[in-house]
Amino acid sequence: MSRKTLALFDPTLVKPAIVDSFKKLDPRLQWRNPVMFVVYVGSILTTVLWAQALGGQGEAPASFILAVALWLWFTVLFANFAEALAEGRSKAQAAFLRGAKKTVVAKRLREPRYGTPVDLMSGTDLRRGDVVLVETGDMIPADGEVIEGVASVNESAITGESAPVIRESGGDFSAVTGGTTVLSDWIVVRVSVNPGEAFLDRMIAMVEGAKRQKTPNEIALTILLVALTIIFLGVTVTLLPYSIFGVAVAKAGSPVSITVLVALLVCLIPTTIAGLLSAIGVAGMSRMMQANVIATSGRAVEAAGDVDVLLLDKTGTITLGNRQAAAFLPAPGLTEHALADAAQLASLADETPEGRSIVVLAKQRFNLRERDIHALGATFIHFSAQTRMSGVNLDGRQIRKGSADAIRQYVEALEGGFPSPVTQTVNEVAGRGSTPLVVADGAKVLGVIELKDIVKGGIKERFTELRRMGIKTVMITGDNRLTAAAIAAEAGVDDFLAEATPEAKLALIRQHQAEGRLVAMTGDGTNDAPALAQADVAVAMNSGTQAAKEAGNMVDLDSNPTKLIEIVETGKQMLMTRGSLTTFSVANDIAKYFAIVPAAFVTTYPQLAALNVMGLASPASAILSAVIFNALIIIFLIPLALKGVKYRPLGAAVLLRRNLLIYGLGGVIVPFVGIKLIDMLISLAGWA
Amino acid sequence: MTPHAWLLLGLYLFILLALVKPLGIYIANVMEGRSWALRVGGPIEAIIYRLGGVRKERTMGWLQYALALLLFNTLGVFAVYALQRLQLWLPLNPQQMANVGPDSAFNTAVSFVTNTNWQGYAGETTMGYLTQMLALTVQNFLSAATGIVVVIALIRGFARHTAQDIGNAWVDLTRVTLYVLLPLALIFAVFLVSQGAIQNFAPYQDVATLENATQTLAMGPVASQEAIKMIGTNGGGFFNANSAHPYENPTPLTNFFQMLSIFLIPGALCYTLGRMVGDTRQGWAVLAAMAIIFVVAAVAAIAFEQQGNPLFAAADVDQTASATQAGGNMEGKETRFGIADSGLFATLTTAASCGAVIAMHDSFTPLGGMVPLVMMQLGEVVFGGVGSGLYGMLVFAIMAVFIAGLMIGRTPEYLGKKIEAYEMKMTAIAILVTPLLVLGGTAIAVMTAAGQAGIFNPGPHGFSEVLYALTSAGNNNGSAFAGLSANTPFYNVMLAIAMWFGRLAVIMPVLAMAGSLAAKKRLVATAGTLPTHGPLFVTLLIGTVLLVGLLNYVPALALGPMVEHFMLWAGR
Amino acid sequence: MKTLIRPAITLFVLLSAITGLIYPLLVTGIGQALFPEQAAGSLIERDGKRVGSRLIGQNFTDPTYFWGRPSATGPYPNNAAASGGSNLGPLNPALKEAVESRVKALREADPGNTQPAPVDLVTASASGLDPHISPAAAEYQVARVARLRGLTSEAVQNLMDRHTEDRQWGIFGEPRVNVLELNLALDRLPSEQKP
Repeated sequence: MSRKTLALFDPTLVKPAIVDSFKKLDPRLQWRNPVMFVVYVGSILTTVLWAQALGGQGEAPASFILAVALWLWFTVLFANFAEALAEGRSKAQAAFLRGAKKTVVAKRLREPRYGTPVDLMSGTDLRRGDVVLVETGDMIPADGEVIEGVASVNESAITGESAPVIRESGGDFSAVTGGTTVLSDWIVVRVSVNPGEAFLDRMIAMVEGAKRQKTPNEIALTILLVALTIIFLGVTVTLLPYSIFGVAVAKAGSPVSITVLVALLVCLIPTTIAGLLSAIGVAGMSRMMQANVIATSGRAVEAAGDVDVLLLDKTGTITLGNRQAAAFLPAPGLTEHALADAAQLASLADETPEGRSIVVLAKQRFNLRERDIHALGATFIHFSAQTRMSGVNLDGRQIRKGSADAIRQYVEALEGGFPSPVTQTVNEVAGRGSTPLVVADGAKVLGVIELKDIVKGGIKERFTELRRMGIKTVMITGDNRLTAAAIAAEAGVDDFLAEATPEAKLALIRQHQAEGRLVAMTGDGTNDAPALAQADVAVAMNSGTQAAKEAGNMVDLDSNPTKLIEIVETGKQMLMTRGSLTTFSVANDIAKYFAIVPAAFVTTYPQLAALNVMGLASPASAILSAVIFNALIIIFLIPLALKGVKYRPLGAAVLLRRNLLIYGLGGVIVPFVGIKLIDMLISLAGWA
Repeated sequence: MTPHAWLLLGLYLFILLALVKPLGIYIANVMEGRSWALRVGGPIEAIIYRLGGVRKERTMGWLQYALALLLFNTLGVFAVYALQRLQLWLPLNPQQMANVGPDSAFNTAVSFVTNTNWQGYAGETTMGYLTQMLALTVQNFLSAATGIVVVIALIRGFARHTAQDIGNAWVDLTRVTLYVLLPLALIFAVFLVSQGAIQNFAPYQDVATLENATQTLAMGPVASQEAIKMIGTNGGGFFNANSAHPYENPTPLTNFFQMLSIFLIPGALCYTLGRMVGDTRQGWAVLAAMAIIFVVAAVAAIAFEQQGNPLFAAADVDQTASATQAGGNMEGKETRFGIADSGLFATLTTAASCGAVIAMHDSFTPLGGMVPLVMMQLGEVVFGGVGSGLYGMLVFAIMAVFIAGLMIGRTPEYLGKKIEAYEMKMTAIAILVTPLLVLGGTAIAVMTAAGQAGIFNPGPHGFSEVLYALTSAGNNNGSAFAGLSANTPFYNVMLAIAMWFGRLAVIMPVLAMAGSLAAKKRLVATAGTLPTHGPLFVTLLIGTVLLVGLLNYVPALALGPMVEHFMLWAGR
Repeated sequence: MKTLIRPAITLFVLLSAITGLIYPLLVTGIGQALFPEQAAGSLIERDGKRVGSRLIGQNFTDPTYFWGRPSATGPYPNNAAASGGSNLGPLNPALKEAVESRVKALREADPGNTQPAPVDLVTASASGLDPHISPAAAEYQVARVARLRGLTSEAVQNLMDRHTEDRQWGIFGEPRVNVLELNLALDRLPSEQKP
């Protein structure tokens, strides 16, 4: 991804954009934006009228027609420029991605296992189902799945994250992406895509906008804009007969000129939004890319803005991936210190995050140093599925830690007793959402270690924000209800699904959808795939399996599940920017009428000068000012179109009131000021 | 605005709002097939269905529903045309009214079927009693019923969850006619007779006046037609002077009830909407938007008329309001109604697509006359025609939520239904066709000799007359700047075209939208959903109606009433 | 489409019969039974002769009568078989002329009266059949009628007051005087009220 963010009007972007603005004058390109096409035709028409006026048969002074024609051309060019600028940014991103897509020599295995002979071939010729060997220092030639081996992989080309990740066969870390590099060891990869369908290809295609299809809301908005254009076309075309009739009955003045009618038309049709529409779309996709999210379509991004329910996995999203030891709760008659000492010994060789956290806690609480396990001559008992305990045998002591059930069985087998106060402690710990781990020394129960789920910092605030946006959060966890409820309360989610199975997840999504809600979820495992496929917006983690990625409609390259919130915001921003500019554009028409209508008909009906509320200097300068304002406003709004209207997590009504005031009321007032200022400049300069 | 005018307006709104809820509930119950009235009329209904081969449980998709209405209305056009063309040879024509000419008969047929009730003819000199009853009164009922069933179908589109049908057109038409329109009309007609509206089949009566001249009094079955003309927002008068005629609207009391009856069903349907979609606040919000626009317009119309005509003042005429006279611009107004009632009625009749008049709009002051013009140009959505007003307003509401939805970053939804490209396409057609008909028609008329020939008043007012005629026809209102001589082949044909397409080009997309909405899931409202029942939405809806509805007409208005206003007060 | 034709025709015929024949006949029946006078047109008889309708204005040009609203019906004023207004626009010179000539006519009939003319007395009504004038318009004529009929102003004023209707129920419409009824009463007056 383009790590460096380019300034909005960075010269490296502006120069090619200016060139592109002229290239885009091709009528075939203009035709794709019907509203701007009308301006385009108007520009040509007024240019022809100017030529005619030069020939001495003009309907108005040649200088006036020229000025209008020029500013109409500027209007078209400004819209082209906005689009070109947005595309330029995307192109820069695409170029960066292309850099990652080098031609790679692939080692195709004749048999799908390690050690069989390899054929060297170009990576671009690989097809789905081919199996390749990737060794230390090789670049992975195509997207695929690890079927054998384990390797550390540098995925910075895709994610920008420099820390290597482990990729191995089976499980949830088996997917690899073309363009990333194996740093150590080897893996055998089964290619999962055909040429041109790879992840990188998709990303490039998307940012370049080549495959950018209009989103549903964009289509709907375009229909509305075209309808408004047709109506205003009718308004201006019929004005000519009205004006001729007016001249006939008033026996004064001359009919309105074509130039003025074209100027009025261009001012009335929603050029502001139409000129910036595609720029907004391109910029939206671009913002998603900056957030390191790949969407399969703009439709998916837009749908993200509509989400009502967010399903989030507890682990990794709401809580830190691992539980951590939080307290030592000794059995009656024992000190906390003794328990901590035993617990630390039992965990020294335990490399799981939980085990490490016990050692850390013991050190924090009682300054118990880590001891050299080999020097102690201890024997470690690793966790097994049968015993469901781990521990250490040392100096005749047999220290074990495990779940309450496992330890109870263990001590009872040794004819020991499980003290009821400890049982009570175990229940209490479970009750507050933590996991109790019981420690025993031989037949003697020492006490309980409380392993706590650590809720991520700041997550509660994010959920509050989501609630204000009207989005309900549901936590999904495999924990039991009691534990789940406690964590849910701590994290501040609205609801939770405990003891979740893939079926239960799917059922929950369907239930919400049946109630008329749009559901978003994140997932990474293969067993998430059905739920991802069912959800309306499904974000797969890049670290997840191929199945998950295919089932989702977005992939988060950072594998950060809270990213969903940003995705929702970006989706909303795109819509808001379009809506706000549409309102602004239509509201502008009021001032433009006040500028142009009195100017256009004042020769027939001098009384209409009463409508010249802005006190514009002359009919010519009034019309010109309106046209110039209409052109310049596109340039002024480019930053807004590219950055997007700022999204605030407010309720719908508050947000609407705010945007209506800014873009609706502002849209009414701004052009009055703008047109007046331009008029003053024009008359000062003596142009009209 | 005199204190009396404020009082009248306040009382009017109070009584209207009090009636909206009970009638709204009743209509909802009738249309959902669970009103007590259905038991009373059940036997009649059963006979109609049996003879017609209607299976009332067999519901229709939108296309079939639309075709049924189209067929039914086309039959209406033929029937009304035929009755006019043959009336001389048919019974109940004591004045021996001649057969109506083909272009006028065609215009009137389309006019009454489309609920426009534009009248190119003068009733008492053209139509026999049978034509008035069997052609015109019938269409007063059936065109109103058509409007109501269309909006009911649209409401069902919102209310239903993934449904394939929007109801049965035959059953809906029958029930609206029998249980809603007929009882209301019957009660109202008898009331009108009690106040002096005539109801007889006598020939025209000659009387010898005090100054020994002979005055011929036109007669006829007036009250029965008058009642449904108001209740169904039809507006086609029995007489040329319409509701200004003392035999149609004899007293201020009948006038008040005529005014109430114009808004009665359009207002009640808002409540029906709320009730059928399960949230009455939604209905009140739409009603509030309508009411606010209406009040502003009514106040403007009354104020401009009360201001009077500066030319009269110059002729030593007293126009000041006092205890003994209404004052103001009394040209073309009735003494018993004065300024307040006339201004209020003019606003009502054009806000709703009624088109009945108690004063001659052509003689209004420029801005006073612009109010009715604008009310029509908004698309007849401020209460509007029965049914048509609400479906028109819902089209605007859809557009409002679309823009608002974008502005808050959500795919727009209204009443639980997502508004997508298909709905926008239909909305676009519905808002596009009428302005194009109006503006284009006006352009043709002012450019052709045939069009210019009909113009009565000189200067920009002549332009206003043509604009008013096309506006009235395209929006299915039916009122006129009546100076325009519109009973010519040119205007008869052009206005008929405007009326027909102005009606169908909205009904068809609305029904298509009803079908597509019905098929969608109903979404639940969450905190992220734009609330469409509060003051904010009402403001937004008003803004959308004004911006989208009015912007198209600003230049035309500037060249008509606005410039006339500046001229009048500049003393030219 | 074919399945729609039979119900369309049947429904159209039956609903037409109900709303276009049965309904108006029913209203006529009820109207004739309960309000026969109103249903027939509120006609007024004098000496066994029909002299008009209480609701339909007549044309008065004789200065001894109260004049009603000007009427723009064609071909002659107050044509109750062809109702309608003038439709003159506010800026139409013809309107100005019409108003000026009406003011002039009033002045000529009553030379001593220098008050401005009440507006409803010089502007055409909407129907052309307006049976009423405003109390102000009646009062404007009291002195003239009294003088020409040789009555006291008080007597005519008194009569006018008795024929002045207030707003219906105190709120609806405007105060008004029924010109035909007033003039009929005026004709009944002379014998006993001469000075």
